[in-house]
Amino acid sequence: MKILFEIAKTQMLSRSRQTLIATLGVTFGIGMFIVLVSFMTGVNILLEETMLSATPHIRIYNDIAVQKTSIVNEYAQTQNNINLIHHIKPKNEKRNLKNGLLMVENISKDAEVLGVSPQVSTQVFYNFGPIQMNGNIVGVNIFAEDKLFDLKSKMQAGKIENLLTAHDAILMGTGLAKKLNLNVGDKVTVSTPDGTLKLLQVVGIFKYGIGAIDDFRSYANIATVQKILKEDTRYITDINIKLKDYYQAKSIAKEYAQKFDYKIEDWETANATILVSFTLRNIITYATSLTLLIVAGFGIYNILNMTIYEKMRDIAILKAQGFAGRDVLGIFMIQALTIGILGGFSGILIGFLLSLWISTIPFDSGGFLAMDTFPVNFSPRYYIIGLVFGLLTTTFAGYFPARRASKIDPVEILRG
Amino acid sequence: MLALKTQHINKYFYEPVAFQALKDLSFEVKKGEFLSLVGKSGCGKSTLLYILSTMDTDYEGTLEINGEILTGKHYNELAHFRNEHIGFVFQFHYLLPEFTVLQNVMMPALKLARYQRSEIEDRAYAKLKLLGIEAQAGKKASKLSGGQQQRVAIARALINDPAIIMGDEPTGNLDSANTQVVFEIFRELTTKYQQTIIAVTHDDEFARNSDRIIEMKDGIIIRQ
Repeated sequence: MKILFEIAKTQMLSRSRQTLIATLGVTFGIGMFIVLVSFMTGVNILLEETMLSATPHIRIYNDIAVQKTSIVNEYAQTQNNINLIHHIKPKNEKRNLKNGLLMVENISKDAEVLGVSPQVSTQVFYNFGPIQMNGNIVGVNIFAEDKLFDLKSKMQAGKIENLLTAHDAILMGTGLAKKLNLNVGDKVTVSTPDGTLKLLQVVGIFKYGIGAIDDFRSYANIATVQKILKEDTRYITDINIKLKDYYQAKSIAKEYAQKFDYKIEDWETANATILVSFTLRNIITYATSLTLLIVAGFGIYNILNMTIYEKMRDIAILKAQGFAGRDVLGIFMIQALTIGILGGFSGILIGFLLSLWISTIPFDSGGFLAMDTFPVNFSPRYYIIGLVFGLLTTTFAGYFPARRASKIDPVEILRG
Repeated sequence: MLALKTQHINKYFYEPVAFQALKDLSFEVKKGEFLSLVGKSGCGKSTLLYILSTMDTDYEGTLEINGEILTGKHYNELAHFRNEHIGFVFQFHYLLPEFTVLQNVMMPALKLARYQRSEIEDRAYAKLKLLGIEAQAGKKASKLSGGQQQRVAIARALINDPAIIMGDEPTGNLDSANTQVVFEIFRELTTKYQQTIIAVTHDDEFARNSDRIIEMKDGIIIRQ
């Protein structure tokens, strides 16, 4: 067997330039595959994390629904009468979850659940001189909310504990605070949909990095919001749940839907369009980078084919000396695999170095995302995929020319 | 003792037109015999040689070398058999150009792997010495003159001490002095080492000096 390696080595070294080019083809293919996939998945992970940093894994709330059919309508159909009531409005129902606190207690016993945060949220207007700005106030147990969304790390100014010590205090989104020209310690008047006015003090400013939250939301204690809404202490409008494994959200949401008669929404359903865009981006990335690898494979195929064409006579001599077809196949497969392995490992190295470099390039997302440089995912998984696929490509690209070489009839060549 | 025996060998070519190249050839070659195959171009002598060499398996009849029937064997077995029992010398010396002279000579032995590498190297040197070209051992094969290359090719044919050495016009590309040298070597191999030589040749003098001549014409043996 050793002699086959020797022959392969000599042949490759005597054509070092072609060997190098073929190897570089594989290196480039695998390197670019790793860079593209690492970068793309890095972006996806950042977006997913940003999304999940503000989205509960499961949210339970009371969805406002119009009664589809009225009793009058049902009666009218059976009795061959005419119903003249059109455009039925919803009843004046409260938006709260009945027995909400009991539900919270129930859910927090679930082993799959990491944290539960009951909320009271309401639309409000923030009064800024003569201007009214649309927004909302979310009444929370601030420590439960912190457990879900790591609020502490998102505070730009002030502390979350301030909410408990001060009277009628709020934590305000950074975008909203900027618009209202408010700083920690300043006061703001809010008006609720039913016209109640309330003076609140800003004790902290937070930033999620998501405009839809930072520009509209304030946090307050549950009691404060209940007071604004003139509701009792059992009044809860939302329950946010964080799970141990957020990919379980869909199935757990289904389970809860049977238990509770409210709208249960998991994060995947709530962000379906974003998740679809992740999938599409992944498909494009894989398609592009696998094409690169296949092109590299054609390079190997071409170069081995040329070698075999030029070495027909040598192959015939080897066969005359007693080298069998499988030995010749071996000689050329060794060459293909050597190119594949060398190219593969240098591709991994190049891919890693390029990824490392990209991860240091500053990128200004305009404050929408919590990032300073390009996000890159250094998961070893993609390095393994790249290497395996690179080796597969070279094996295939090498096999067909090698098999052709093994089938060369020496008599035909030697007789001229 | 017989080195080689054929029975009723028929060979057909179908391209470009159907044509019977060999017609019912049966003959025997004794061990240690120096045999020349002669005849005009296209008489079928090279075709016969490639059948005898086991490389061409597309024929009718039976081929027996060293008492072993080779007809119908798998080509991988035949390759192994060639490696061990048959040495080849071609008209155009056909060395592998990227390898050194020594590597070229060692290659069939490394394939056979009957001896250790160091021993194979010693044996290769010995063969090169026998042919008077041991000084060239370290050179690339492509750097040698035609006569030297042919001698290297003979050394390579001898490395596994084959029972039969086959040559397709082994001296066809050499001047008379080198032809003489090669002939002397062949002669010595048959007498001293009891190896059998079968050579296709156009060289009348070479043929005359061999032990036996088989002359062919139109696919049949007309004189032996």
